[in-house]
Amino acid sequence: MDELRNKARELLESGAVQMVIGYEQGTGNKTRAVFVEDPVQVPRLIFDSRCVQNLAVYMTKAEVRKKGKPALVASVPVLRSLIQLAYENQIHDESLVVLGVSPDLKLIEFSNLSEIENYLKQYTLEISIRDKEILQKLENMSADERWQYWTTVLEPCFKCYACRAACPLCYCTQCTVEDNRPQWVPVASHPLGNFEWHIMRAMHMAGRCTDCEACANACPIGIPLNLLTKKIVMDMGKSFGDNGPSLTARNPMSTFRPDDKENFIN
Amino acid sequence: MAEFEPKIVAFVCNWCTYAGADLTGTSRIKYATNVRIVRFPCTGRIDYMLLLKAFGEGADGIIVSGCHPNDCHYTSGNFHARRRWIVFRSLMDFMGIDVRRVHFSWVSAAEGAKWADVVNHAVANIRDLGPYDSYKKLAQNTEREISHG
Amino acid sequence: MAQYLIQKSSFEGLFNLLKDSGKTVVAPLLRNGKVIYGATERFADIRTDFIQTAQSVKEVAFPRAETLFGYKKEKDSVILKDFDPSDVPEIVVWGVRPCDAMGMIPLKAIFNWDYKDQLFNARMDRITVIGFSCRNADESCFCTSVGGNPGSTEGSDILFTALGDNGDYLAEVMTPKGMAIVEMNGGLFNETHGTAGKEKYLADVPVKFDREKVRERLMAFFTSDVWLEQSLRCLGCGACAFVCPTCACFDIQDEAHGKNGTRIRCWDSCGFSLFTQHTSGHNPREVQSQRWRQRLLHKFSYMPERLTVYGCTGCGRCSRACPADMNILEHLISIQEVQK
Repeated sequence: MDELRNKARELLESGAVQMVIGYEQGTGNKTRAVFVEDPVQVPRLIFDSRCVQNLAVYMTKAEVRKKGKPALVASVPVLRSLIQLAYENQIHDESLVVLGVSPDLKLIEFSNLSEIENYLKQYTLEISIRDKEILQKLENMSADERWQYWTTVLEPCFKCYACRAACPLCYCTQCTVEDNRPQWVPVASHPLGNFEWHIMRAMHMAGRCTDCEACANACPIGIPLNLLTKKIVMDMGKSFGDNGPSLTARNPMSTFRPDDKENFIN
Repeated sequence: MAEFEPKIVAFVCNWCTYAGADLTGTSRIKYATNVRIVRFPCTGRIDYMLLLKAFGEGADGIIVSGCHPNDCHYTSGNFHARRRWIVFRSLMDFMGIDVRRVHFSWVSAAEGAKWADVVNHAVANIRDLGPYDSYKKLAQNTEREISHG
Repeated sequence: MAQYLIQKSSFEGLFNLLKDSGKTVVAPLLRNGKVIYGATERFADIRTDFIQTAQSVKEVAFPRAETLFGYKKEKDSVILKDFDPSDVPEIVVWGVRPCDAMGMIPLKAIFNWDYKDQLFNARMDRITVIGFSCRNADESCFCTSVGGNPGSTEGSDILFTALGDNGDYLAEVMTPKGMAIVEMNGGLFNETHGTAGKEKYLADVPVKFDREKVRERLMAFFTSDVWLEQSLRCLGCGACAFVCPTCACFDIQDEAHGKNGTRIRCWDSCGFSLFTQHTSGHNPREVQSQRWRQRLLHKFSYMPERLTVYGCTGCGRCSRACPADMNILEHLISIQEVQK
């Protein structure tokens, strides 16, 4: 990915940014985030199909931001998260330089966030065939069967909150689960605690989630959280015509239409 | 064995449904007594997690009710609530919660008779469904021991 | 300590005898695509095709959520239901790697340091550990750098080691609990002497760093920049602490429901941002680099100093579980080599 490295070197040497956040080779066959401050370290930057960790999460980490203005290597899922973060006023045009990477691994330079939003219009959120099948299977089950499914699938969860930590949009300095007057969501990872945590987080992501799957990838015990996020994303589209993150369109959960349709209110 | 009587929690807004329930009483309309009413200033204040908390504390059914759209005392609280319910109800159903046990309605301050109907209907419906045992079982299991599987 | 030989084909019989004797057998099972420990009554469900499980075995002695006591208010009084050791089931943990079995030792030290933890000790008393030596290791393993090895018997009541591919297993019986199992199932075990040759069937895990050298440097580098550099990518979740066989930090939560309630002990992690938050609002570890430093110092400096045991057995789970690939082995090696 020479284009990317050359651009990174140029940005660092000119002082336009103090740090480049990208990917490097990790343990075994994994990749991981790298924070390059010295141009001499630029060769560590790589980009390939293994690079799926959502780096946008570092834009809201205090110690990273303290280093100065970063350049962020951003694939399409990361770009979506950046737009949502910008909509929520967590980042602005001046906060970072975005080094976009297209699905066919070409470098794209953006001069502002609007350009990113435009660029993203050609990439609608797609649900893979495999996930569609699982979701269809779940829909065809009875509520009881779904209850069995979810209580079984969530059973090994030990509330490490890796899902929350990896999500770029979970940036609250004090999360709802840390509210303890009263303790709103149980801390312990017993069945109820697990259930309430996951359903609540799914709701907090409604209208904000960009389906990057960082949560599902982060889970150390393989819980298919991507099913929950996909369900939420699909519902937003179906019920409110939401088509993904935008700098200008209002978040569907903070607005309403007087003629919103439902079939269950008497 | 006594016949099962469901415990129903009703989350209602102060200005419409609560007043409507009051009217039911002053009109001397008799209706099922299984409902425990929790009064909110507005349906917009109802946190969706409260529905789960009600089930967790042993409720067999829930009624959520407020002002008709366009009649909200705070102008738009019920519009926000409606959006929230659309998403949460779908999510609850997706996760296997029995959404037949959650009844939503718009009951105005003048609809004393309607409130009685809403309650009677909900109680009869939930009585037929039986106690919400699966949720109660989840809520009561406060240990997580590996030896239990 | 006694040695026996047992055939692989006898394992199912042994498992069934243990299960039928009323003990709960906990073994590595496949859930959500990962291998984790769980109770099972079917030998066929037990996995053996893993380097290490995703979660550790500490749960059998230190559950992720356990009731300390329950209370119920009645008219004029309160009825307490205290922890009852006789409620604790007898558990046999099957398929434990030596690094996990060794993890019981720092756990015992922590829970018996100044206060003898009744719950933990009651559970440990009722646990029998059946370990299996490692024939394979991966790049995250480093037991040999922290005083262990892939065939270590420390912490196991019985350790099985495959002696090649012909189905012969060496059984090293280390404790009376282990001996009780042999005696109960005598027909399956044949006496032998010595463990000669065991080493050549073990995984190769080269030593990667000097634990003592690392320990000396840790305190000396308390104010170094190395902590920030290492922890920039850390996301501050609890995955490493929760999968670790020796991490024992816990929270105590009261869950009340009207007239009754329970006090529950549950897992906590020093990686969480509010772990050290004071009620005054002050947080002595308010940034991730401080929390990361704490994690390493706790395991490699404070624990050996205060409890005389290290808090790491080199199982490598934390590295495998970490969503940001905070490879603890790499970080320890870099501490050994850091210049300032």
